[in-house]
Amino acid sequence: MKAAVVVFPGSNCDRDCAVAIERSTGARVEMVWHQETALPADVDLVVLPGGFSYGDYLRAGAMAALSPVMAEVRAAATRGVAVAGVCNGFQILCEAGMLPGALLRNAGLKYVCKPVDLEVSNLQTRFTAAFKDRRRATMTVGNGEGNYFADEETLDRLEGEGRVVFRYADNPNGSARDIAGIVDGAGNVLGIMPHPDRAFEEDLGSADGALVFQSVMASA
Amino acid sequence: MKATVQVFLKSGVLDVQGKAVEAALHGLGWTGVSHTRVGRIIAFDLAAADRAAAEAEVKAMCERLLANPVIESWRAEIDEA
Repeated sequence: MKAAVVVFPGSNCDRDCAVAIERSTGARVEMVWHQETALPADVDLVVLPGGFSYGDYLRAGAMAALSPVMAEVRAAATRGVAVAGVCNGFQILCEAGMLPGALLRNAGLKYVCKPVDLEVSNLQTRFTAAFKDRRRATMTVGNGEGNYFADEETLDRLEGEGRVVFRYADNPNGSARDIAGIVDGAGNVLGIMPHPDRAFEEDLGSADGALVFQSVMASA
Repeated sequence: MKATVQVFLKSGVLDVQGKAVEAALHGLGWTGVSHTRVGRIIAFDLAAADRAAAEAEVKAMCERLLANPVIESWRAEIDEA
């Protein structure tokens, strides 16, 4: 099992993601600089980590979405490789057009950093299978632009197709329909605002994030 | 040519910065202020054959990068000076 964590200038959860994946799944993790034009061979999971890629210039994730490595990430996703964008990674996937919608400034204007309770809305995805029948999870959010937005038609489609994977129990940022995480139409690209990488063992307050990585590695 | 692109959130998208600025203006006594929007301006020089070519290029730039069509609308001015 092999995972790759993409490092953009301004990423700050790249090491967290690597440690979380290694400790929760035993997978080997390679760090991939954003200027690379190839991903490690036989990679099972590509993670776009949290942070402030390119200083959030223009729009959060807008510049990173055009980084050279993103062509490879897109190609890997098309081949069925699991791709997970956490926080800034979610913003990048939306800016790259790999997930629908966009992340707006938080409705309360404040940067929100705290543990949040989540509903696992779809237990049958590559990212949630290890939750088995557990519908509750706790992970930490840390975002200023985590307010998920899409037009009503897109939101209806996401819900109708079971693509809303995580919802906030108590919405911290104004996200449409309490959405905290979605998958693409094929089900192998996840965007999630809360950090599984900050919740991979009980000492961190929750080990629920480990289940996300375990799910996806078990599906590989 | 000189291009000036204005980008704002679409009218259907809640502009929380605009709301906060408006509340502050009201607090300072400018109670007649409404529909406040906060956007951004991107200005640059552009080498282009003529105005039509410049307009076409700027449109493509806005659609590809300068604005996010999911949440933003844009307006461009091209100055041939």
